[in-house]
Amino acid sequence: MSFLELTGIQKSFGPVRVVHDFDMTIEKGEFVSFLGPSGCGKTTVLRMIAGFETPSGGTIKINGKNQESLKPNQRNIGMVFQAYALFPNMTVHDNVAFGLKIAGMDKAAVDARVKEMLGLIHLGHLADRFPYQMSGGQQQRVALARALAPKPQVLLLDEPLSALDAKIRVSLREEIRMIQQQLGITTVFVTHDQEEALSISDRIVVMNSGRADQIGSPFDIYNKPATRFVASFVGTLNLIEATVVDPASNRISIGDQGITLREPLGPVKAGDTVSLALRPEAGSIAEGAKGDTALTGQVVSTNFLGSVIRTRMKVGDPVISFDMFNAPGLSPPAVGDVVTLRFTASDLLIIRE
Amino acid sequence: MSAKQAIDLKKTAIDWLGILPFLLFAVMFLIAPTLYLVTGAFLNPAGEFTFDNISGLFTDKILASYWISIKVSLASSLGGAFIGFFLAWAVVLGGLPSWIRSSLLTFSGVASNFAGVPLAFAFLATLGRTGLVTLLLRDWFGINLYATGFNLLSFIGLTITYMYFQIPLMVLIITPALDGLKKEWREAAEILGATNTQYWTKVALPILFPSILGTTLLLFANAFGAIATAYSLTGSTFNIVPIQLYAQIRGDVLHNPNLGYALALGMIVITGISNLIYIWLRMRAERWQK
Amino acid sequence: MKTQKIGAWIAILFGASYFIIPLIATFEFSLRMRRGEYTFDAYRSVFSDVQFRESFSYSIVMAILTIVFGILLVVPTAYWVRLRLPQMRPVVEFITLMPLVIPAIVIVFGYLRLYNSSSFIPFTGSARGTDLLLMFSFMTLSLPYMYRSVDTAMRTIDVATLTEAAQSLGASWPTIMFKCIFPNVMSGVLSGAFITFAIVIGEFTMPSLLNRPAFGPYLQLIGANRAYEPPALAIIAFAITWASMALLQLVSRFSKSAPSKP
Repeated sequence: MSFLELTGIQKSFGPVRVVHDFDMTIEKGEFVSFLGPSGCGKTTVLRMIAGFETPSGGTIKINGKNQESLKPNQRNIGMVFQAYALFPNMTVHDNVAFGLKIAGMDKAAVDARVKEMLGLIHLGHLADRFPYQMSGGQQQRVALARALAPKPQVLLLDEPLSALDAKIRVSLREEIRMIQQQLGITTVFVTHDQEEALSISDRIVVMNSGRADQIGSPFDIYNKPATRFVASFVGTLNLIEATVVDPASNRISIGDQGITLREPLGPVKAGDTVSLALRPEAGSIAEGAKGDTALTGQVVSTNFLGSVIRTRMKVGDPVISFDMFNAPGLSPPAVGDVVTLRFTASDLLIIRE
Repeated sequence: MSAKQAIDLKKTAIDWLGILPFLLFAVMFLIAPTLYLVTGAFLNPAGEFTFDNISGLFTDKILASYWISIKVSLASSLGGAFIGFFLAWAVVLGGLPSWIRSSLLTFSGVASNFAGVPLAFAFLATLGRTGLVTLLLRDWFGINLYATGFNLLSFIGLTITYMYFQIPLMVLIITPALDGLKKEWREAAEILGATNTQYWTKVALPILFPSILGTTLLLFANAFGAIATAYSLTGSTFNIVPIQLYAQIRGDVLHNPNLGYALALGMIVITGISNLIYIWLRMRAERWQK
Repeated sequence: MKTQKIGAWIAILFGASYFIIPLIATFEFSLRMRRGEYTFDAYRSVFSDVQFRESFSYSIVMAILTIVFGILLVVPTAYWVRLRLPQMRPVVEFITLMPLVIPAIVIVFGYLRLYNSSSFIPFTGSARGTDLLLMFSFMTLSLPYMYRSVDTAMRTIDVATLTEAAQSLGASWPTIMFKCIFPNVMSGVLSGAFITFAIVIGEFTMPSLLNRPAFGPYLQLIGANRAYEPPALAIIAFAITWASMALLQLVSRFSKSAPSKP
């Protein structure tokens, strides 16, 4: 039995259905991200777990207990909101102590726990500050401490980083992950930022118009996207239209160059079009690069992106992007050059809807 | 060097020239008259410094009039603030249709400016001896309002009348403050285990407190200086301070012009204090709302 | 959740009755002039009263003068303070808020002592002089509202840039003031004007103590001597206030849709 079980969750606002038959089980201590564009229903699912929204159908169980009849204040869940939802009339100390006082803990125990939590987020020295005296990043860390102080059974994070600066976003997400692992708390994290989700999750749920398109580890989500949506939403990807040459031997052609796929093509016939995905970092044009497959094309543009150089080449009609790491002394291909990209055939994924 | 200084001087002079009309206006029609009364309060008719006028305020009659003024202002501001708060709460957080909100706010804009003599007429027509409500209570419910000791020309009657412009004023000022309560604060409190009551007592009301108290003080000053309603409601029978002062200005009923200045000074002090507290609380409230 | 909604409805119903019943009662009372039937006789009596027409038109003229001179005083001041004397803003703002702190009756008391016929500037020595003083006293009363609405409107436009742009095109000061600044703060000027109008029409204390035949003292006089005309006048006054506020709402809504928001 899993710790957090969502079975057949549905939610409609009036005639609009925003969540369709959502199933998901989360193990104790697991860090799961709901990833998707805005309006995909990820926040709605989170708010149903918290109890702010009532599901139109399905059940939510935490530790085997059905949550249906429980109000948010009876669920023992911690939550961090996108907008800094610290109480503006209370100091940092009082904010973190809020849930503990509500629970009727005595003063000494409250103070000890607050001190412990502020230590965890390294803000012990700011205990007497008011929220308006702190930066967004500091406020969000206090919000995290406040949510964790009453030892909730589940921690919900509703886009907690999206209002912050890029640099703080990265450092805070690492801090969140560290604290989560340290406490071993079951966590659901909602984000629209794929890099965030990939970097800190045990598992990711990619959501698209109210459905879970794919549930898997960051590695799987990135390398084996199950749908065209997942493939295009997570990371940069070449989506290549190829023509089937011989279904029996998995032969296809891109432009007019033939390739043999590892994966069986399935029920298609010669002349059909299939969609293939290839990560820009999967291949190389360097001399003696490894790979059982090659495509030759003409360079149409090169973009210097800092650590990598992204080159686009035309292979017949399709244009394929590939990355090479920047290094001193490297001479990137010039526009018009003809280059050969080598990669392993198994890196070419067949995208089925 | 000196030429540059001269140019600078000229520029500064022009700068100040720009608000000269305003400053002149302020001195002539606000500051000088007030100062005249304030200094007059400390002078005897011969023009010598004295505290006699101030101590002259401490007679039973004058103290009684200050006391009844404070009572009416306090009651109407507290009542207005209380009811106004609930009305604002109802339209902001009560889940009512939005047309109710816009009608209430529009109406409040009108009613908060509907004071003075016409307001007195309206309440005489409503709760006076032959007012509609008085008659309906008698004919439909058999209640003789005036036999119960009620009188429109009394503390309670004046309070009810004043609340007609106090409530809308509260609605107008407190609605934005209630709009400023973030949904996340309620949800954060709720998920941390707080009940609705705990949310209000520990989070929402402490956040709103400066606005509520500050507005109440503004309402207090507003009622304290008002005269027209009371005067046309009660004539000069009801001795609130402004009416007392009005009578003094018209006919020197205190038989001492300088005592009249002291009476005015007392009003300035009381409304001044309540306004200073209001401004101070307003600044605190705005600090949070950043 | 349900109880909350019921509570909200109760509050609104209570508030609505508190606000509306006096209006209905007043209207009903104003129709009672003839025994046994409802008529508009009271209104007819009011409108045929010469004093009504005279005091009302006197107050309207005063209101218009107050508005015009108030605008001429407030707009250039607010503009100049923003442009050249930002360090004076707290002082100017404090002054504009003074009329809220010092009761009207106290201010006019000061006028009577300071500007009587034997004083240095004998405003009250003649009827015209008193009219002038009354207008200045109305300007004082409306100063907080007028200044605040104009200053708010000025905050939404960048006066410094606007002025520099106009100057670089060779505009003179009067041109800058009347062609650039006024049109851009028109919404604020108008909302200030409507509030001023409502204040001046109903004001009792100042004209009464200055002995001028304005609408407020007339109302009081009628109230002391007649029975059915006062409620009719209350209804008329309420309608005037309502009209001013409706126009104000219209103007502020209109200016909200304008793109000059910060």
